[in-house]
Amino acid sequence: MQTRLTINGTSQTHDVAPATLLVELLRDDLGMTGTHIGCDTSQCGACNVLVDGIALKSCTLLAVQADGASITTIEGLASGDTLHPMQAAFREHHGLQCGFCTPGMVMAGLEIVRRRGHDVSAEDIAHDLEGNLCRCTGYVNIIKAIAAGAKAMEASNA
Amino acid sequence: MRDFAYARPSSVADAASAFAEGGEAAFIAGGHTLLPAMKSRLRMPDTLVDLGSIPGLAGIAHAGDTLTIGALATHASVASDATVASAIPGLASLAAGIGDPQVRNRGTLGGVIANNDPAADYPAALLALDATVTTSTGSHAADDYFQGMFATALTDGEIVTGVAFKVPQASAYAKFRHPASRYAVVGIFVARYATGVRVAVTGAGPGVFRWAEAETALSADFSAAAVAGMALDSADLNTDIHASAEYRGHLAGVMLGRAVAAAR
Repeated sequence: MQTRLTINGTSQTHDVAPATLLVELLRDDLGMTGTHIGCDTSQCGACNVLVDGIALKSCTLLAVQADGASITTIEGLASGDTLHPMQAAFREHHGLQCGFCTPGMVMAGLEIVRRRGHDVSAEDIAHDLEGNLCRCTGYVNIIKAIAAGAKAMEASNA
Repeated sequence: MRDFAYARPSSVADAASAFAEGGEAAFIAGGHTLLPAMKSRLRMPDTLVDLGSIPGLAGIAHAGDTLTIGALATHASVASDATVASAIPGLASLAAGIGDPQVRNRGTLGGVIANNDPAADYPAALLALDATVTTSTGSHAADDYFQGMFATALTDGEIVTGVAFKVPQASAYAKFRHPASRYAVVGIFVARYATGVRVAVTGAGPGVFRWAEAETALSADFSAAAVAGMALDSADLNTDIHASAEYRGHLAGVMLGRAVAAAR
């Protein structure tokens, strides 16, 4: 089925079987393996991407359902060698251990900024991360990173 | 997932036709229940009819004593909508407690009530708020609509288009949520009207139901003290690996007290 998507700013059309999940299109067909599949049951958030600016779990969305939408993945955040402020904050605050959950955490961080703005409390970040699991249990630094990333985004207008 | 055909109609009438012509067909809105069921092959439709592109089904409006919410309204939009928050704050807080932020961005009111999971949150709100479910072919009072586990008054091919809630004087929802699934182990929705109090229970039994004893007590005296120590008879409640029927019966009393205390 012809499916038109804008992925990280590039408009493209793909012939997609209806049963293809968005995360499968991204990873298997397009080779964009930054978006991870952790649980495949909508629990862990490793597959979070932005669809028209809103964070969704791409393991629970058919690619054909996203027809016409603009998708942002973790690969679309940096500009060249310059990390997005949210990515830079994760590096600065050691917001990752094994790194498997990190793409989903960074996208969840952007969602938190979208809904709560740049001056967001640690408590609100922790609450809003309920749909993201870190099996290394590195939540303390993830929360620090998102708080810092939110402020850095305001400073850089990202 | 097994392969299927996919249709994305742009009107309710076209959706009904696509369903009728689609063999073993299923409607999909947010897909946050259906897609996991299809992955595990509990559901294997021949055709998916996607309702997501039908315009005009996501609106929220308050007129007189009725709050109307379209079937495609997401949990996030209900949770953050100023009209809902002012008319029925208990409904806004219920929506804000479904799943997690990413799930709320995608899951819909219509999808929840068409599925009628016995531990879903919205069915308790519809039942306590004396709601009317509007569909492609007519309407159903909530008291008649919910018919036990995953069963509703919907006929094959009938599409939920919206829900009209009766605005109460005060309401609240309290749930003891399962920490992993966020579904209700027990959830209680309390709504106070000039004509009396309605109390609905989800999660505890095979389907959502009203709690007559609590309604009588609260209609006489709307206070947590009036229902202190009350518990549901465990005879008809669920026992599973998460909670026994006796525990659920006790939790229902605790959630009832919390809902009454929080009602506004």
